Amino acid sequence: MDFVFNEDQEALASSVKRFLMTEMTPELIRELWTTPTGRSERMWDMFASQGLTAVSVPENFAGLGLGDVEWALLAQTYGYFAGPEPLLDTALVAVGMLEGLPASGQRDALLRDIAAGSARVAIAHPVNPYVSDAHVAKVLLCERGGELHWLTPDACRLNPVESIDPSRRLFEIDWQATPHTRVATVSEAQPLLARALDRGAFAVAAQLLGLTQRVLDVAIDYSAQRKQFGKPIGSYQALKHLLADVAIRYEFARPVVYRAACAIADNDPQRALYVSHAKLAATAAAQLAARHAMQVHGAIGYTWELDLQIFMKRIWALSGSWGDTTFHKARVADALIESCAPIGPARTFELES
Amino acid sequence: MKLDYTPAQRAFRADIRSWLALHVPREPLPSFDTEAGFAAHREWERTLHSGRWSMVTWPRELGGRGCDLIEWLIFEEEYWRADAPMRVNQNGIFLLGPTLMDFGTDEQKARFLPAMAAGEHVWAQGWSEPNAGSDMAAIRASAIRTDEGKGGEYILNGQKIWSTRAVWADWLFGLFRSDPQSTRHHGLTFLMVPLATPGITVRPIRQLNGHTGFAEIFFDDVRVPVENRLAGEGMGWQVAMATAGFERGLMLRSPARFQRTAEALRALYLAHREQADRDPTLRERVISAWMDAQAYALSTYATASRLQKGGHIGAESSTNKVFWSELDLRMHQTALDILGAHAEVVPQTHEQHAALGNWLDGFLFAQAGPIYAGTNEIQRNIVAERMLGMPRS
Repeated sequence: MDFVFNEDQEALASSVKRFLMTEMTPELIRELWTTPTGRSERMWDMFASQGLTAVSVPENFAGLGLGDVEWALLAQTYGYFAGPEPLLDTALVAVGMLEGLPASGQRDALLRDIAAGSARVAIAHPVNPYVSDAHVAKVLLCERGGELHWLTPDACRLNPVESIDPSRRLFEIDWQATPHTRVATVSEAQPLLARALDRGAFAVAAQLLGLTQRVLDVAIDYSAQRKQFGKPIGSYQALKHLLADVAIRYEFARPVVYRAACAIADNDPQRALYVSHAKLAATAAAQLAARHAMQVHGAIGYTWELDLQIFMKRIWALSGSWGDTTFHKARVADALIESCAPIGPARTFELES
Repeated sequence: MKLDYTPAQRAFRADIRSWLALHVPREPLPSFDTEAGFAAHREWERTLHSGRWSMVTWPRELGGRGCDLIEWLIFEEEYWRADAPMRVNQNGIFLLGPTLMDFGTDEQKARFLPAMAAGEHVWAQGWSEPNAGSDMAAIRASAIRTDEGKGGEYILNGQKIWSTRAVWADWLFGLFRSDPQSTRHHGLTFLMVPLATPGITVRPIRQLNGHTGFAEIFFDDVRVPVENRLAGEGMGWQVAMATAGFERGLMLRSPARFQRTAEALRALYLAHREQADRDPTLRERVISAWMDAQAYALSTYATASRLQKGGHIGAESSTNKVFWSELDLRMHQTALDILGAHAEVVPQTHEQHAALGNWLDGFLFAQAGPIYAGTNEIQRNIVAERMLGMPRS
């Protein structure tokens, strides 16, 4: 029993952190808001050169062959810097789906392209009403009627939907399902879609953890600089307690997200319960963080000018992504109330036995 | 990350599980805040000790099993799973014990630890005073050094209050001002005092639940040998801070306790589901109870894993204390809301006990959680200042 990351995992995350700190600046994020695609080929190339796009790709397709546990820290770091690119959907969720498909020329080539940084993938999953980043995807993996279809951009008509988060690019898509587009039947697609959902929700949960830490850091800094009544506002107990409450929620969300990472990696029988718990815990921490960070800032927190909006809006947007709160609460309730999963002491890790 | 128990850990779990199945009293013991209950709980500590289960993390020569923190968590899980009696000596074994390991001389360890593990010495704490509550550095009870007696003595005067279990305990540990010129956290000394010493008057205080769970203690020229001092004279604050770290940290409230409550809460909800579902928030609160108890358990496993690798417990002891005490309140309030109009009934008959369980008792006890071991307001200040680096007021 060892519930901590190893040195390699920590080292990988801190090298990515150093890279993102330099490159993924609020200035760049704002600049990308105003471009037609909102995406940056230069940034995606840099992800590839850092190995980020290759993390989950198996080694025989020129990937790093790492897994969900590594992503727990990486996605958290990516969230901290509010990366707008579909890195998690492509390099974690889509790679997982592709690995579940039978080997074929187009599948193997796409895995190599992802690792090399020459392909983004969009996923039309029934849990998400909109498809994120369909406009920059080389391939779209789309569910219809329980089947999984493989589509190229020219086979889809995209209708953009505006998100409160200007970094998010969402679409409704029109497309025709044909026997030629189908890559998995209902029974073949079912486990792939279920796993994709859990990976997607876990990836969002980890990003929300990073975002929680970010808005907390921003609020702490501001509370030390801003003076009222002749003292830094951060010296007042009322503000301390707002941020302490965020720190406490964050501390107790983190291990839940790490548990979910292991549950996905180990294909734990209670994977769905652990992932939904993680998404709920991270969402609750992040939403509290956004609210209290805004409160600490006062009126300046309500401006377009302040970078706080980048992180708050990402929190609000991701809260409903890859399964909203009602979806995940219902899954937890199914496991705990309807299926009466055995719980209690001595069942921290083994809800089955 | 390796979320699997080793064969040795599984064997350890099987051992303690079968021992508890044989030894845990079939009927719950009376409250240890009553005279008969205190005696019964002390007897239980002796039984635990006879199986070498009273303090599993301690070295063998001190009556323990030399277990690591993961094994300690396994022990706690099995202990709460078996609904075994509360630990009447928790002040001693969970708080003073680890402090003695860190600061005690070999003689002190040999003198106090085995007797503590055996339930022979039950300990009370002496921190708070009428004018030193959250502001513990305002302590005034004095301990003045004299050269009288063999090896010197301290003469104690003053008053301690809110001293849990002091009514029937054998010993007290706490902080006294040894330098009359000193202020705040300077000039304090950590002493261990037999409660039977002449000059000590223990006055029970009746608690909210009617029992005398705590007491006030008056010291009137009480003589304590210098050998009962833990660490150096004037070092008391540092020792006390270490003890407080243990208290708020891992040892005092293991996650298993709250996992057990969350499990019982779900059972209560399922038994009353038809009525409970008239308020749809109740199901949500029952689910949240499991999620939060599970989060606390996972967090504790993460901390234990980190400590195993040589880390130290820091401000997370404060985040823990706020989290579990407020979770405990929420769970018990939820239970009472499920019981509805029956919730106020203090069970007397066998039928009432069966129908109502211990929820009311637990609810009353949970009220104290955000207050003892440093109020949650103080804990939030600690989190903000030490963990987040916010400026001091």
